[in-house]
Amino acid sequence: MRKLCAAAVRLAPAIAVALAAAPSLAADLPIAIAYLRAEVDHPPVLSNLDPIPEDLGFAGAEIALEDTRTTGQFLGHAYSLTLVSVAPGGDLAAGAREALAAAQLVLVEGDAAQILAVTDMPEARGALFFNVASGAANLRSADCRANLLHTLPEDAARADALMQVLLDKQWTDLAMITGPKPEDAAFAATLRASATKFGMEIAAEKAWTFDTDLRESTMQEVPRFTQDLPDHDVLLIADPTDDFGRYVLHNTWSPRPVAGTEGMRPEAWAPVIEAWGAVQLQNRFEDHAGRNMRSRDYAAWAAVRAIGEAVTRTGSADPATLRTYMLGPDFTLDGFKGRALSFRTWNGQLRQPIAVVNDRALVTLAPLPAFLHQRNEMDSLGLDQPESACTEFAR
Amino acid sequence: MTRLSLWLSVALPLMATPAMAEEIWVTNEKDDTISVIDVATLEVTRPIPVGERPRGITFSKDFSRVYICASDSDAVQVMDPESGEILHDLPSGEDPEQFVLHPDDRHLYIANEDDAVTTVVDTETRTVVAQINVGIEPEGMGVSPDGKIVVTTSETTNMAHWIDTATNKIFANTLVDSRPRHAEFTKLTNELWVSAEIGGTVSVFDAATQGEKAKIRFEIPGVNADLIQPVGFEFTPDEKIAFVALGPSNHVAVVNAETYAVEGYILTGRRVWHMAFSADHSLLFTTNGVSGDVTVIDVASRSALKSIKVGRFPWGAALRP
Repeated sequence: MRKLCAAAVRLAPAIAVALAAAPSLAADLPIAIAYLRAEVDHPPVLSNLDPIPEDLGFAGAEIALEDTRTTGQFLGHAYSLTLVSVAPGGDLAAGAREALAAAQLVLVEGDAAQILAVTDMPEARGALFFNVASGAANLRSADCRANLLHTLPEDAARADALMQVLLDKQWTDLAMITGPKPEDAAFAATLRASATKFGMEIAAEKAWTFDTDLRESTMQEVPRFTQDLPDHDVLLIADPTDDFGRYVLHNTWSPRPVAGTEGMRPEAWAPVIEAWGAVQLQNRFEDHAGRNMRSRDYAAWAAVRAIGEAVTRTGSADPATLRTYMLGPDFTLDGFKGRALSFRTWNGQLRQPIAVVNDRALVTLAPLPAFLHQRNEMDSLGLDQPESACTEFAR
Repeated sequence: MTRLSLWLSVALPLMATPAMAEEIWVTNEKDDTISVIDVATLEVTRPIPVGERPRGITFSKDFSRVYICASDSDAVQVMDPESGEILHDLPSGEDPEQFVLHPDDRHLYIANEDDAVTTVVDTETRTVVAQINVGIEPEGMGVSPDGKIVVTTSETTNMAHWIDTATNKIFANTLVDSRPRHAEFTKLTNELWVSAEIGGTVSVFDAATQGEKAKIRFEIPGVNADLIQPVGFEFTPDEKIAFVALGPSNHVAVVNAETYAVEGYILTGRRVWHMAFSADHSLLFTTNGVSGDVTVIDVASRSALKSIKVGRFPWGAALRP
């Protein structure tokens, strides 16, 4: 940060020259970005080993702002970022009005209902929102909004990435354990649908019903719990809030790999991604935030970078102009995942590879080579055009 | 490892003495070695251990020194190519990735990828002459034939930064497409070419005005556009043809440098990155990062002759005639 400030000061003469050489560029075009966060009370989980960082998401926007400002310095584009954080149960509409007063380009963190409540406000009509937190399918389908783009992949895209890997490995006999929360059931349904999409079936399922602290008895309890599952290649876990999954791994009755929200996991981003220049991004993020970069950080990073790319190429900060450019054929975003990222024109979802990882390494990056697509192989992940009921986009 | 270095220290001087054979030196990013390819036999004759994560590589004008960017050692290493011995490290700034040797044969201009600066090092006094703030993740480095201009491209800022070597100050910045990787000046036409890996293009600038003259795009039947990612490129001596490595599309494009039309594509190993010609320019050697090999291309017939297995993640390539 200090280094960057120093750079800014010393670059000043260079900017002047660049601007003189390119008079068509307006000097000091302000680009205001807001980050609107609906805070949540996270439910208690069995282990406190991996607390959820307080700056999850926003730290990604901050690092992208630093990256984008370097280009902006040379072009006379001045970016700013405002955080508006609404306490659990607080007045989200008031927070949204505050964010919209600061900026018409807004990253929004919340669940699907909260995001729709914000994008549907009368004050939000001319603004452009970026969903960085919800993987809900309805936001990309029947409940899509013209003023809402998505930089976090939908849950279905992540599930599809995992299923491509399982199918490619011919690990097709699947069993699943699902937690008791509504979000557990939703993710289980997504995995089920994705298995069907790729011609597989989850043959057996069990509900996680333990309500005791298992931490000292996992080796006794979990084998018994998984003993009556029919033989399978892989045991799927649907535990998106990270409650019990960690106690299933290596405690199963059968010696089988675990996948889903535990073990082998599909992620938008993970610290184990190091190819495609990713090490540089990981290093910058760790220097800035003092922790590893996660998927929501990546989604926020991608949103600010997408704004920066569109501003750089159009010379405009107008949300409508930027939206048109982002959805157009010339927009490409370098996402450090080996392919140029772009937005799907039918629902505003950022088209991107999905990393299938474990704690120690990248297993592979989906889409896998065997999964072809007539338009773009990345569209084999998530809601493809015919599957999306979204009508808010011109297509 | 110990046994290997012992073997090397005993065997290398013996092997190197008669070896006046023409060679291609390839840096292996994930092996911390250089693989040396004999151009006559197209075989690897020896590995040479170097610092951590070697990437950029270039020889001094008389080939008595070889400079190697050892990125994770935060140093540019200077090696005696005869003995394979590291003579000394140059102060390079953090994480040197790629560099260019000024025509004065004395000053190295180094892109410090993690640090957003270009470092100018005097190889004789072994001191840093200047550090120039550039965009995020500088990588591509080009120097004009008269030595008056050095260009650094920055991968995240998506710009070419034009540096006046007399003052070591930036005098212009030009926008290029996403993730610029490599920059080269032409001698005859006074152009600057910059490849953009994610943008999928090569931009051609008039070096006199810094104005964009052309943008070259690529299209390979049966390969998704987003996998066509231009990285390294080289011109034939008459500058009529440019060979452009296209990364994970596993092809090298043959570009007519006068009309900017793509005349063909040559299949290579996986994730083709950088390249070097043989001394007579009849052969072209490309580094293929993912398959860990080097493709030998016959320049006249524009076809691949052979794949040569080298170390893990071959990155840079340089000719030692």
